[in-house]
Amino acid sequence: MTPVSDDTRTHTDRPGAIDARPVRHPGRWVALAVIAVLAAMLISSFVTNPNWGFAKALKIMNYNPVLEGLLKGTIIATVGSMIIGVILGVIVGIMRLSDNPVLSAVGFLYTWFFRGIPRLVLIAMLGTGVGFLYPKLDIGPLPFSQQLAQWLGLSNDLTVFSLDVNQFSSTLMMGIIGLGLSEAAYMAEIARGGILSVDPGQREAAQALGMSGGKIMRRIVLPQAMRVIIPPTGNETIAMVKDTSLLSALPLTTELFFQTNAVGTRTLQIMPSFVAATAWYLIITSVLMVGQYFLERRFGRGFGQPSARQAKKAQALLAAGSQH
Amino acid sequence: MSTATTTSPTTAGQSGAPLVRAVNVHKAFHGNEVLKGIDMDVHTGEVVCLLGPSGSGKTTFLRCINQLESIDGGRIWVDGELVGLEEKGGRLHRLGEKQIAAQRREIGMVFQRFNLFPHMTALENIMEAPVHVKGVGKSEARARALELLELVGLSDKPQAFPAQLSGGQQQRVAIARALAMQPKLMLFDEPTSALDPELVGEVLKVMRSLADTGMTMIVVTHEMGFARDVADRVVFMDGGVVVEQGPAKDVIGNPQHERTRTFLKRMHA
Repeated sequence: MTPVSDDTRTHTDRPGAIDARPVRHPGRWVALAVIAVLAAMLISSFVTNPNWGFAKALKIMNYNPVLEGLLKGTIIATVGSMIIGVILGVIVGIMRLSDNPVLSAVGFLYTWFFRGIPRLVLIAMLGTGVGFLYPKLDIGPLPFSQQLAQWLGLSNDLTVFSLDVNQFSSTLMMGIIGLGLSEAAYMAEIARGGILSVDPGQREAAQALGMSGGKIMRRIVLPQAMRVIIPPTGNETIAMVKDTSLLSALPLTTELFFQTNAVGTRTLQIMPSFVAATAWYLIITSVLMVGQYFLERRFGRGFGQPSARQAKKAQALLAAGSQH
Repeated sequence: MSTATTTSPTTAGQSGAPLVRAVNVHKAFHGNEVLKGIDMDVHTGEVVCLLGPSGSGKTTFLRCINQLESIDGGRIWVDGELVGLEEKGGRLHRLGEKQIAAQRREIGMVFQRFNLFPHMTALENIMEAPVHVKGVGKSEARARALELLELVGLSDKPQAFPAQLSGGQQQRVAIARALAMQPKLMLFDEPTSALDPELVGEVLKVMRSLADTGMTMIVVTHEMGFARDVADRVVFMDGGVVVEQGPAKDVIGNPQHERTRTFLKRMHA
């Protein structure tokens, strides 16, 4: 509106960067000093107090039974139970949101039960209780096969396959199932929240294109819900790494904390064994945090700033397009 | 493009049965009756604009045509097929989810808030339904999607995510996405209402050229200029009923009903 603005725009010389003193932050320096002193005290105690026994801890970390416990009881158990937990949890979460009142009620009851009992109690119960109640599991072709066979007076009781629960009860598999069942209850709530966070307009747009309900869930709703689901799932995975230590209540002996503890009590090196377990748990959770970062980036596709790789791809395509 | 107004609405209308026929359509939400007996015929190739104040039921009626809402009373036929219902053994049966989805494939819809899939690029948005609903091969769907992007003037944006596009660009991708299913009928639910004023023109331009290709369109809009220039017929709704309808020039230029007059006066003010 004013002629001045036209004038200034014709300037060809850019002004130099503003030369001004930055704002001072004395608080930061005070905090740094305090933290530095505290950290120095801590490190000095690590070095001067022989009871920490870091060298011994390092040795314990590399014992074969400890490594076996780490691999089976911690890593495999975490991966296995999270796979069960996520898949079952998403199913239960979708059930709870279903229009079908029966499915929705079942989803609610599942969450109510498995979220309501402590994992330690669930693990202990699966380890001993289930084997006591159902020492043998017979699988037949029909529901109530055995009763049916008896009623019909058949010589065969129709059992196709049977499982000795007592033998199975203190295995890694049972532990994975127990933790997975418990985890599914939490994942169901996370999945439900994620699904609800997707704009209803997305479902409508997909419906208008003639997509079926299952496809809308798989291709449109869940991929967007993942963005909301992944951060808390990362949290759950890290919590699960630590909760695998509960498997010793099954009782499962190929488990990290059980093994380090055993070494500690046997050799009277209690503290180094604790340090060894702590170090392993920290290492695993650190690796998981890196994995979570990449997952979040993958499912953040289309939200916020594009990643460098996407931008490059788009540019390459543009360049190719302009050539012909 | 400006020749659109000269095409007579009756030439298409007189050839056979209407593409869309609505008879005495009723719809209520929790006891609140939004549609109180709508009758409407739309013939192949016609462009019909639904005008009316907010709450008049025009969007609800549009959503009933492709069953985003199910009607309580009356009947709607699209291309001779009863919408959402089926007559078997002298009794009406509601259609299942799969049959409803099949009916919707014939109808394209463009939403006020675009509703593009944010986790897919523009190209992927357009390819999604042909590939995953119709089962068209990927390379064929891609070629067709690129053609459609060119049609809506966005051939330089196939790899852009919706969040990287302006509102007008997003709406044009949404139109391309709907066209990718090769629908017989296109429904537009206030396609320019969520746009900045300077972006409205680019979307209307695409809609105009679509009308010129002979696409049958039902458009809920507040764009009087578009209605006057492009629509073969304008339907004015208020309070859940059709108050007045006829050629755009007559309804907008010389409204017969008091309610139409007050509405138009407010629109021009």
